[in-house]
Amino acid sequence: MKRYDDLVLVLKDEGLSTETKEKLSKVSKIVSLILIYLLLAFAALLVIFPFYWMLITSLKNGDEYQRLVPTFWPETVMWSNYADALRRLDFTTLLTNTLIVGVISTFGTLITTIFAAFAFARLEFKGRDLFFSILLATMMIPGEMMVISNYTSVSLLGMTTSTFGAYTAMIVPFLISVFYIYLLRQNFKQIPNELYLAAKVDGKSDWSYLWKVMVPLAMPSLITIFILKLMGSWNAYVWPNLIAGGEKSLYLITNGLRESFNTTADANEYGIQMAATVIVTVPLLLVFIFFRKYIMRGVGRAGIKG
Amino acid sequence: MESKNNWKAWLYLAPVIILMAVFTFFPIINTFFMSFLKDYNYITGNFSGFTFDNYIDILTPINGSGPNTRFNDFMLTALPNTLLLTIITVPLSIIIALLISIGLNSIKFFQKIFQTIFFLPYVTNSMAIGMVFAVIFDTDYGIFNFIFGNSGFPWVSLSPTAIQNGVQINYWAGVFAICFYIIWNSLPYKILIFLSGLQNIDKQYYEAAQIDATPKRKTVWKITVPLLSPQILYIMITSFIGAFKEYNSVIGLFGKDGGAFDTNTGPDSMITMVYFIYNSMSGTTTIQYACAAAVVLFIIIMIFTWIQFKVSKKRVHY
Repeated sequence: MKRYDDLVLVLKDEGLSTETKEKLSKVSKIVSLILIYLLLAFAALLVIFPFYWMLITSLKNGDEYQRLVPTFWPETVMWSNYADALRRLDFTTLLTNTLIVGVISTFGTLITTIFAAFAFARLEFKGRDLFFSILLATMMIPGEMMVISNYTSVSLLGMTTSTFGAYTAMIVPFLISVFYIYLLRQNFKQIPNELYLAAKVDGKSDWSYLWKVMVPLAMPSLITIFILKLMGSWNAYVWPNLIAGGEKSLYLITNGLRESFNTTADANEYGIQMAATVIVTVPLLLVFIFFRKYIMRGVGRAGIKG
Repeated sequence: MESKNNWKAWLYLAPVIILMAVFTFFPIINTFFMSFLKDYNYITGNFSGFTFDNYIDILTPINGSGPNTRFNDFMLTALPNTLLLTIITVPLSIIIALLISIGLNSIKFFQKIFQTIFFLPYVTNSMAIGMVFAVIFDTDYGIFNFIFGNSGFPWVSLSPTAIQNGVQINYWAGVFAICFYIIWNSLPYKILIFLSGLQNIDKQYYEAAQIDATPKRKTVWKITVPLLSPQILYIMITSFIGAFKEYNSVIGLFGKDGGAFDTNTGPDSMITMVYFIYNSMSGTTTIQYACAAAVVLFIIIMIFTWIQFKVSKKRVHY
């Protein structure tokens, strides 16, 4: 037998009215939000700190660097560190080499990427999907497998001995990027098929359709590829290091940086060394500031299903 | 029309096919081939037969004697170092990136600014920033030692006075420094991917959880993580591959020699598998070891990727 008067609704809130309860939940919400902001600010500080430290150390002289209590802003600003760093790096040579290799391989990559992405996105041919999967599968294979054999081939061909040969060896193997082909193909596929059919009706060839319609429409992706590839050349270390083989006049910027400061002898070095790292880092940051959207979208694209 | 398109398509693909045949497909086969050559000299192209010895040599974990003992580094130093760095940095960086992304996703003001700041390490030169971290971890005047009142403790390299005092670098100090740097450097990509995944999660799930008064922690575990699982899987696979191929961070932080540690505390340097590969390439008679090591690296990466796909099959929600 059920006794209904036993059924009492118990509010387990220590006798708080709904008003205070609402207020409490609001307060806890604000507190957790403040906590989140604090933690994020702390993490952001950790992220920025190395940049800040690089910058101020690059402006310190040896005495100030050796203070037991480090200064957080240089007392005597040593701009001369930068002049020394530029001289030590042999900056003009490094910049010339990096620009030659970077610009040529970037434009080359853009062309091969546009062609391949067009074929995969728009044209129909036997074995298209199979070939595309094979290309994607090569991304899983560690690049070291290719680097070893490519290096032996390039040295057998004697390409490491002449300047022209070395430039060629630095550029040609990197004219293809499967990731960029994938990126651009996705973009090309979004362009409605009707445009293609309309162009066909107008008697346009595939060739002119590609350059007059698809390339302009995919310009944002192409800019992304352009920037990422150029940044890749700026940061390339392993392959140019192998090709240059200790020949300083063939170094790209990253090799020059590592090679010029591999051993630190005296404390004055640190300012100059950090000035050199600033010189290498600032162009990248400038590019990032101006092309943030393109870079972040391009890098982020890989994670989105497609 | 169909057949016409056929040869045209292959014409568009010609640069890719030619370049990849020469610089991707041939090298893969050639590296396998070279890993079985005996006494191979890549400058003259001479070799004296086929052998498994290259694999046996690098996979033998004992100190040999003789002119070619460097290959023992693979089992004694390179492989343990690589595995250790992977085990530490992959989970830690994923968890930190996940926390930061969830935090970023729950704020409105300054979200863009924070997002931009957290992306900064991605657009840097790993060599340059490695050198900056070496200065931060400097033995006598590093800011890290200053903050923690630890002046004179060597993390990355020794100062002249430290050498005079006969101080050596503890292996685990080196591990700490490089893991710190690797995690710092690998966060931006992970945060970017996680955040874009989070922003795609339907708000309805969270509203439903709120109505049910689900605790915040439970919301994260029962809603956020499962719905983010494709991104987490993708990041896990790419970070494992990236960690197995760690190289630039070693050169950037410790210099071209890969560091020198007290052998009583662990391996004598921070050389990794990829370091071993490139280092073996510099000698004309040791390139077959580089090839064998590259094949081993390839197999390890394949196995790990396969395991992750298998494990995740039950757990990833598409």
